[in-house]
Amino acid sequence: MATATAPATDTHHDAHDPHATNTGISNNKLAMWLFLSTECLLFGALISTYLIYKTRGSGEVLPTDLFDIPFTSVSSFVLLMSSLTMVLALSAFGRNDLDRGKAWLLVTAMLGAVFMGGQAYEFTAFYEEGLGYTTNPAASAFYTLTGFHGAHVSIGIIMLMSLWVAANQGKLTGKNSETVEIVGLYWHFVDLVWIFIFTVIYLIPPE
Amino acid sequence: MAIIEEPLALTSGEQHAERPLGVLTRPQANGSWKDWVSTVDHKKIGIMYGVAAMFFFLLGGLEALLIRTQLAFPESGFLSADVYNQIFTMHGVTMIFLFVMPFAAAFANYLIPLQIGARDVAFPRLNALSFWVWLSGAIFLNTSWIVGGGGADCGWFCYSPNSGITFSPTNGVDFYAIGLLITGIASLVSAVNLAVTCLNMRAPGMSLFRMPVLTWMLLVTQFLLAFALPVITVALLLLLFDRQFDSQFFDPEAGADPLLWQHLFWIFGHPEVYIIILPSFGIISEVIPAFSRKPIFGYSFMVFSGIAIGFMGWGVWAHHMFVSGIGPISVFAFSMATMFIAVPTGVKILNWLATMWGGKLNFSTAMLFAVGTVTMFTIGGLSGVTHSLAPADTQQTDTYYIVAHFHYVIFGGGVLGLFAGVYFWWPKVFGHLLDERRGKIHFWAMLIGFNLTFGPMHVLGLQGMSRRINTYSSGFGFEFWNLVATIGSYILGASVLYFLWNVYMSKKDAPNLPAPGPDPWDARSLEWSIPSPTPEHNFDEIPVIESQDDWWFRKYNIEDDGSVVRISSAEDAAQKGDAVGVHLPSPSFWPLVLAIGLPLIGYGLIFNLWLCVVGGLLTGGAIYAWVLEPVDDPDAGAHGHDDHHDGGDPDGELATVGAAGDDTEGEG
Repeated sequence: MATATAPATDTHHDAHDPHATNTGISNNKLAMWLFLSTECLLFGALISTYLIYKTRGSGEVLPTDLFDIPFTSVSSFVLLMSSLTMVLALSAFGRNDLDRGKAWLLVTAMLGAVFMGGQAYEFTAFYEEGLGYTTNPAASAFYTLTGFHGAHVSIGIIMLMSLWVAANQGKLTGKNSETVEIVGLYWHFVDLVWIFIFTVIYLIPPE
Repeated sequence: MAIIEEPLALTSGEQHAERPLGVLTRPQANGSWKDWVSTVDHKKIGIMYGVAAMFFFLLGGLEALLIRTQLAFPESGFLSADVYNQIFTMHGVTMIFLFVMPFAAAFANYLIPLQIGARDVAFPRLNALSFWVWLSGAIFLNTSWIVGGGGADCGWFCYSPNSGITFSPTNGVDFYAIGLLITGIASLVSAVNLAVTCLNMRAPGMSLFRMPVLTWMLLVTQFLLAFALPVITVALLLLLFDRQFDSQFFDPEAGADPLLWQHLFWIFGHPEVYIIILPSFGIISEVIPAFSRKPIFGYSFMVFSGIAIGFMGWGVWAHHMFVSGIGPISVFAFSMATMFIAVPTGVKILNWLATMWGGKLNFSTAMLFAVGTVTMFTIGGLSGVTHSLAPADTQQTDTYYIVAHFHYVIFGGGVLGLFAGVYFWWPKVFGHLLDERRGKIHFWAMLIGFNLTFGPMHVLGLQGMSRRINTYSSGFGFEFWNLVATIGSYILGASVLYFLWNVYMSKKDAPNLPAPGPDPWDARSLEWSIPSPTPEHNFDEIPVIESQDDWWFRKYNIEDDGSVVRISSAEDAAQKGDAVGVHLPSPSFWPLVLAIGLPLIGYGLIFNLWLCVVGGLLTGGAIYAWVLEPVDDPDAGAHGHDDHHDGGDPDGELATVGAAGDDTEGEG
């Protein structure tokens, strides 16, 4: 139908096939990719803000004084492992192995929850050591950045639990494993951002 | 954003039985007002964007007239300094976020699917969400006049520490921050949606480099929006946290750096200029070829210069900050970048001129506006390049020279182009033409009023008159040109009212005039191959595209000797719009409900946190209801995807569950 000069992705496009897209990527997945690319800018701005402010405290306590690297390493490891279980969940749904899929979803959500627990503990400990949200610009920037990341993890947990409920109701099966994949994209992204934050914020010592 | 919508398909058109679905049935279109509040049709959403934006244009225009009335004479007491600050702030915010951007969104919504040969956007419900969220944010922003103790008074750029509680104690700035966050969510959702539409929903044969220039420019705009908005989102949140939760982001006494705001704001703010201007560039790239009876000159140069502007727009933000003390190296780098970005813009201007060169020019109203855009934007662009010379810019910063410059860009380049689009596509949208004679009067009045208003400001600025100050003393030589500018602004205001009169009269006269037919301008892109007004299903059959300007080549043939021969009339070549049984996405109320929740959260943050709970429940509930409502009307499922596709079909209606969190994401 289309002339030979049209790119291959277009020539096989059939107007009567509602699922064909020009790029070959489904609309939902492409939208998630685009959305995640905008999130890069969101976290980029927050991370930059922290980096500018990390020593702005005029003699008071700074976040860098309080970092507990071993503790945060453990919670980072937990979050990193949740990416593995997310992949296992997707793989199980891809094979239509719903029981395993559900189990891995649950494990992923729980690992995320453990990470959130770690963040809650960290915030509490920092607060008790005198670093409140309003203490100084460095503190505001630290809590805002990590708090935003925590909010993203929490939303991810809600999404995972929604998938789990839907799978239990029989509404999520191997046929729509792409939904699991899309939530997985989000989850991996949030993980990746944390790896970046952990490296740049926690591991690199202040000058 | 992974809300899954059923892609649109032709169906057999059989009648379906009623199938109750409990509380989550989807509303059916039945011709009442509910069709508009529950619509997911990109055309209706486009029209609503246009109407609402026009309302805010009048509001922002009223604010402009108040400013000019105050400045007509020296030492005027018409507005107090405080009220003046609020008025010029809200004028800028309203014109940029509540008029130009949504007005461009009206074109994007209406035209992108038509120009690429699609039945709707990729995510029709998200499209409705974008509109309602934008409208709720716009209304929220303006309610600060009533319940916020006045409008924001920190300028549209809202520099810290002026935006802090110390210097801006009313709630105006809170409304500014939350209102723009809400409209930002709308723009972000819309940007992702429309970008996916352009990339994924093109008709067979419509490769990227066969897309009309308008669609290309709108695609670039969506990417700019997608990457610029998160930055302003962060800036606004930091501001909001400073004001509401006493964080220390912008308090210099605590060691914070007020320049942080300037950087974040202008990293968004300069791409924003191109977000405003590129849709207009796209529109006139459609209008000028149609009325020159020539294809666009240098199509690929047009496209690539648009893309180049999209990239380079990110590297010039600090030219807004030359006087802030960012240092000589930064100043040098951003000066150079600012000079370079004039190059792709110059390419575009040359291409428009070359398109007109040797063409059979027909100066219809749309063409007049398009040519007006080119000339006025050239003036604004030239004064813009003068800012790349940092020493000159240092002299001009905060004077009326800057005000003159950006009005030539935004009004001369942006708004005039949008009006060209209004006159050009009016018959496609409403099925009748806008009166040409009145249209030309509108054009000339607007052009003269515009130049009288903003031309003198160049002089005033070079004479040293400061902007953002509510009055000026006599004896500095400012009196004459200020009076001229004020007279010009009233002519400009009158021309807008005359435009509305033209709309009203053209509608009234329409029944006595011949219908415009599918293609009144003998134009080139796909939207002219379907009846006017556009049928609800857009295309009877999705066209198969064989070349750039495919529609034109269905009407004309180029012979071997180079002569152009008409092979078909537009009426014969056009689709008839009589297809039946085309399967369209069902309406939904949930985008509206979700949109109502967001301003409640906003009021809650300012006045009473309990309201946040109400708003949050409404928003969260709407997200889940949205996800759980059937993806389409019940009958669609009966012979839809499941029958045609075995395993691996990603679009099962309940596949949407996991997408719930994405919209909450947008709030972040």
